[in-house]
Amino acid sequence: MNKTYKKQKFTAATTCAGCPIGVVARTVLNATDDPIVVTNATGCMEVTSTIYPNTSWKVPYIHSVFGNAGATASGIEAAVKSLSKQGKVDEKVKVIAFAGDGGTYDIGFQALSGALERGHDFLYVCYDNGAYMNTGNQRSGATPLGASTQTTPFGKEAFGKQTRRKDIMTIVAGHHVPYAATANIGFLEDFKAKVKKALAIKGPKFILVFSPCVALWKFPPAKTFEVAKLGTETNFWPLYEIENGHYKFSYEPKKRKPIEEFYGTQGRFKHIFKRDDKEALLQKIQKEIDDDFARIKATVESHQKV
Amino acid sequence: MNTKNKKIALTGGYAVGEAMRQINPDVVAMYPITPQTPIIEYFAKQKANGKVKTEVVTVESEHSAMSACIGSSASGARTLTASSSQGIMYMFEVLPVASSMRLPILMAVSNRAISGPINIHGDHSDAMAMRDTGWIQIFAENTQEAYDNTIIGMKLAEKALLPLATNMDGFFVSHSVENLELLEDEEVKGFIGEYSPKQSLFDFDNPKTFGPVALQNSYFEFRKQIQDAMLKTSKMFEEVAEEFEKISKRKYGFVEEYRTEDAGKVIVAMGSVCGTIKETVDRLRDEGKNVGLLKIRLFRPFPYKQVAKALKGVQDIIVMDRNLAFGTKQVLASEIEHATGKKVQSVVYGLGGRDVFEKQIEELFLEEKSPEYLM
Repeated sequence: MNKTYKKQKFTAATTCAGCPIGVVARTVLNATDDPIVVTNATGCMEVTSTIYPNTSWKVPYIHSVFGNAGATASGIEAAVKSLSKQGKVDEKVKVIAFAGDGGTYDIGFQALSGALERGHDFLYVCYDNGAYMNTGNQRSGATPLGASTQTTPFGKEAFGKQTRRKDIMTIVAGHHVPYAATANIGFLEDFKAKVKKALAIKGPKFILVFSPCVALWKFPPAKTFEVAKLGTETNFWPLYEIENGHYKFSYEPKKRKPIEEFYGTQGRFKHIFKRDDKEALLQKIQKEIDDDFARIKATVESHQKV
Repeated sequence: MNTKNKKIALTGGYAVGEAMRQINPDVVAMYPITPQTPIIEYFAKQKANGKVKTEVVTVESEHSAMSACIGSSASGARTLTASSSQGIMYMFEVLPVASSMRLPILMAVSNRAISGPINIHGDHSDAMAMRDTGWIQIFAENTQEAYDNTIIGMKLAEKALLPLATNMDGFFVSHSVENLELLEDEEVKGFIGEYSPKQSLFDFDNPKTFGPVALQNSYFEFRKQIQDAMLKTSKMFEEVAEEFEKISKRKYGFVEEYRTEDAGKVIVAMGSVCGTIKETVDRLRDEGKNVGLLKIRLFRPFPYKQVAKALKGVQDIIVMDRNLAFGTKQVLASEIEHATGKKVQSVVYGLGGRDVFEKQIEELFLEEKSPEYLM
């Protein structure tokens, strides 16, 4: 075992080749020297990192169930507050929750909302791969329009998922949190900086990190970062921060690429390109992406004027 | 010692809340549900008045209440919550996680019927629903026991390293004012002692992974260790009850044998109905009938030995269940048959808070064959 490996707070996991989950975990954990406690919702990250008697986590870690990362973090944070006042633990302890999009947009939504509203001092990191990947690709509230999943498969009648993604960032912002940001494993320095920034702020923080799934988006393992970057270059995954309600872009493509360039890299969208109504469908998808981006941009600009 | 103990009139809910104030836990997670709410309201007021050091987490659901308790208890904080009925059904998923992680969370339960249809009144359906989740379960007959069980329960949970639910009948105990004797704050503090678990998330030099994936080669062992711990709890219960007797002068066993010595017919029951049964037993005894009551206090782990001993010479046993198990024998009746090796008469009573009167208990004692349902 070499020295760097030994020092890692998150070591090898049994993820698929090309999966960025380890990158997400390490980037977050390495952003601070303070003591860390991690809680993790059920999902790919948990299943690939804690098969007994092994564990990838070299920091205290707790997994309980699927839908309670926000609530478990609340309990840990309450314990930090209570025990640090009694001199039993360092008050600098950072509480970090990891959950996938299923554990955030769907089953863990209420627990997340409660924890944000109560104002606990913790960082919630959602690694978003746009579906329930641990159970083999079923649609979630984060699955994009047109994606074929096991529960929204394409067929004669259907072009994949018929509805758009939930706008989780607006919902989180609605909780008046001091800090929320989108990030992308394809923009690692930006991601790192955001985690560092978040951890320096008191209160509930939320980072939504774009985390492509090699196996079930269906692209070659070597292309993870390329696909991730295309997400942002096409405005499918804009990078922005919301600080005390103020929106700010952290990166803006000079000229956004057409959505085909992102959708075209992945097997989950392949059916779209074979349809007779391909053009109309892509236009619809493009329009929704452009509209979403325009709305964020308008907010950013209105906040610049203030 | 006992002379300075305060006698006071309180509802069961406030008595439990007062015990919680005296325990002065590190963390309490709270979410309202009738008939548990008076407990958390009482406690919240203590917090507001600076009487406790507790960090209160006002969660948005019972699922989150138990989840927060798990996070807090795993962090090494003394942790309590309270619930009832649908609250317990809603947090059900996380209950066995608490026992598997061996977390001594105390949950004060005001027992209430479960939906459907919705009913807010007292029965044991919620306690029976959680009976196989690896939680220690103690039942109270009255406010005094509800108060005492909270203090005994805290110590027992931490000794056994298992979560523990104290049960009192919703409304019948939780909302009824009775006289009870309270311990001094210092007595409670001394009795429960400091809580400093050997394993906790806050051990940063020796980081632990709580709640790993356990496959075919280890899951079985994880489950078996809950059983091993549960079986060891009986002895601990005895020790804790003995210690409690020293400070309170109140003696608590696994069961309470009420005029069972020479009894030919005995009713076995749990909770507030035992008060009504005791009154009836006294009256019938005065009339020369040799009847008695066996009250079950510790329900999990089930005190088979103590029950068998108590019912050894008894010919006629009637078991009253305040819960309806569908398509099978009733829960307490099955336990008693298992413990004694005898056939018992099984009666379901009081569902959804339906009252039970002395007259009905008297009939149970006097009729040769009891009805299946006291409706």
